[in-house]
Amino acid sequence: MVKTIIKIDPITRIEGHLAIEAVVDDGVVKEAKSAGTLFRGFEIILQGRDPRDANRLTQRICGVCPTAHATASALCLDEAFGLTDKIPNNAKLIRNLIFGSNFLQSHILHFYHLAALDYVDAAGAIGDVAPFVPRYEGDYRVTGEANAELVNHYVRALDIRRKCQEMLSIFGGKMPHNVGIVPGGVTEQLTEDKITNFLWRLNEIRDFIDNTYVPDVIAVAKAYSDYFEIGKGCKRLLAYGGFDLPAGQLFKSGVVSPDLQLESFAQENITEDVKHSWYADSTSGKNPAQGETKPEPNKKEAYSFIKSPRYSGKVCELGPLARMVSNYVQGDAVTKKLIDSVLSEFGAGVDALYSVLGRHAARALEAKLVADAMVDWLTALKPDEPTIVESQIPEQGEGAGLTEAPRGSLGHWMTVKDKKIARYQVITPTAWNASPKDDKDQPGAVEQAIIGTKVKDKDNPFELVRIVRAFDPCLACSVHLLDGRGIELGVFRVV
Amino acid sequence: MAVKKYPVIWLQGAGCTGCSVSVLNAVSPRIQNLLLDELVPGHQLSLMFHATIMAGQGEPVIEVLKDTEENRKGGYILVVEGAIPTAEGGAYGSIGERAGKHLTIQQSVEELGKNAMLTIALGTCAAYGGIPAAKPNPTACKGVKTVFSEKGIETPVVNIPGCPVHPDWFVGTISVILFSGAQALDLDQLGRPKLFFGQLIHENCPRRADFDKGKFAQKLGELGCLYKLGCKGHYSYADCPLRQWNNGVSWCVKAGSPCLGCVEPEFPDGTSPIYEKITLEDMIWSKQ
Repeated sequence: MVKTIIKIDPITRIEGHLAIEAVVDDGVVKEAKSAGTLFRGFEIILQGRDPRDANRLTQRICGVCPTAHATASALCLDEAFGLTDKIPNNAKLIRNLIFGSNFLQSHILHFYHLAALDYVDAAGAIGDVAPFVPRYEGDYRVTGEANAELVNHYVRALDIRRKCQEMLSIFGGKMPHNVGIVPGGVTEQLTEDKITNFLWRLNEIRDFIDNTYVPDVIAVAKAYSDYFEIGKGCKRLLAYGGFDLPAGQLFKSGVVSPDLQLESFAQENITEDVKHSWYADSTSGKNPAQGETKPEPNKKEAYSFIKSPRYSGKVCELGPLARMVSNYVQGDAVTKKLIDSVLSEFGAGVDALYSVLGRHAARALEAKLVADAMVDWLTALKPDEPTIVESQIPEQGEGAGLTEAPRGSLGHWMTVKDKKIARYQVITPTAWNASPKDDKDQPGAVEQAIIGTKVKDKDNPFELVRIVRAFDPCLACSVHLLDGRGIELGVFRVV
Repeated sequence: MAVKKYPVIWLQGAGCTGCSVSVLNAVSPRIQNLLLDELVPGHQLSLMFHATIMAGQGEPVIEVLKDTEENRKGGYILVVEGAIPTAEGGAYGSIGERAGKHLTIQQSVEELGKNAMLTIALGTCAAYGGIPAAKPNPTACKGVKTVFSEKGIETPVVNIPGCPVHPDWFVGTISVILFSGAQALDLDQLGRPKLFFGQLIHENCPRRADFDKGKFAQKLGELGCLYKLGCKGHYSYADCPLRQWNNGVSWCVKAGSPCLGCVEPEFPDGTSPIYEKITLEDMIWSKQ
């Protein structure tokens, strides 16, 4: 049988730059390479700077989900500055409202503007005009009025995602790159008029999520129901936990095994392998708190600049699917009701969630979960109480900031020496999901989701891009490292 | 009336996509008008290449670049977002694969820049290098104008800085080009349209009266002028206090944060520590 290598470079409609290579044998993917080669100059640039600046600068890692970095960084600085147990309730809630607004804009943007063009025939409704052509041709199954309506929603969602940003800036000052979240709390004054203003912007967005976004995901799922069987992945899920509340967290931390057994999460169990990454082998298997970054761009076995984060040596998937299933198996009543209502629509069990459509459904339901919780956070605010505590940069200190970004668990780790940043380490959710093989040659989560997929048309490999985009990869600031002659280094080739 | 179409090639270099996301936040006109409608009567943009938005992927979209460059010579607008990594001959950043090789950001900016009608360096990274070019500048990132002048490329460059850029600054600049032609853009010595970057933040700041009275916030979260908490508004040129951000909802100083000076070529090295007072002299000396 003929072996074919399908290489898609660039994978567009994601954040940042990613290339995918799949070895197809007899119509089935036998091997997959997620070659998201990433050079993280940020950690080098941060060294020696004022620790507080990390809160503003790390947001610039990603313009789609900057608030995730602002949150992780603030939690990291809170700990290093000895403030973790002093953060006022108002500050926790306002940080969540700022971050929640970013969540909603990111999820809506992802479904309509990054993913939907793989399912919806935009050129059919609008015409063969840029930027809707060129594109893969063939498998667009929604037609006529139903298609026109989805295209209308693509356009309407542009307004809604913008309004999420406008809502965010009530407390965040501006977006992208908010200025409101700082170590110790938030900078903006808390007044009643802002709460009401926020609430009514939120209500319009909730209406869109309930009556447009969730129904559209279900409509697409009905037309493409075979995608409940495609892109299963590693089935081991991880959530650090996120959205700190006065008591507990909205997203519960946990590790869920393929047979839905729950294990508690401990950050000490995170390690980063580098056998297939362009880093020195001597740095492999370290916890990020002791992590080292020694580039070795000529390393033979490597094909990515992303390291391979693993949990107790195992491959994990992060993101909305992981969070919703983690909440589900921990008996969170709201999550359970949301998930069960959609599964019953398709007469499906939890297993159907481990799929391309399951990831989209989990993301849409999670948007509803967050949006509804935001109403509770708003009403819990107390305008006569503080929103910030004063902070002092310590001579020495260490901090870890773990949270849940729209795309999955995000961690920042920092060491302060002589009031300056001595060390800053970031592990993004896409590093987990789009990681290369690890030291035991286990493929990363996206790679596993691709392997075994039947590709119907190698010239229009819809299956591959639909699988990849369902993970909502974010490779901001990713740069391909090539050698001086412009020839790529170490890219995997099957011969 | 025949509609004049302006093909737009939008390249993303060493950046965060934040300027694209910010342009999606445009209000009047909205992004859908920018993409699909005559922005001004008889004139329309046509977004041929934008990695985050366009439907296609892989080889066919890379071909669009060559097609536009060859067939629309002198007739397309190049928008560059993000800085240009120039170390190792541009090898640290690529936008895709062409003929089995990576097409570097530097190569694509140079090729497309040569034949563009005009290049817009969108955001502080593209204009001046920005955060990727901050010390120690690991990938030798540069702004568009620097790369063009080193390569003898004479295509005019308009800098629209900001981290991110304000959507109105982009839409407003395009409006001048479509209505009156690129030659009508009145630029300052840093290549920025004076229309948006003609006045200091400090001149129009609503907390200016606090500064004049000597009422300074001593810690974050307090009312009063933010000068002592590191506000860079006294040497940053932009209309944020008048225009505000996100459909006029707020902006940095209104939210109780010092201005970061994100529109200036010195951002971030010359404007940090962010929360410490830095005078104009401090900033200038930091460059030496």
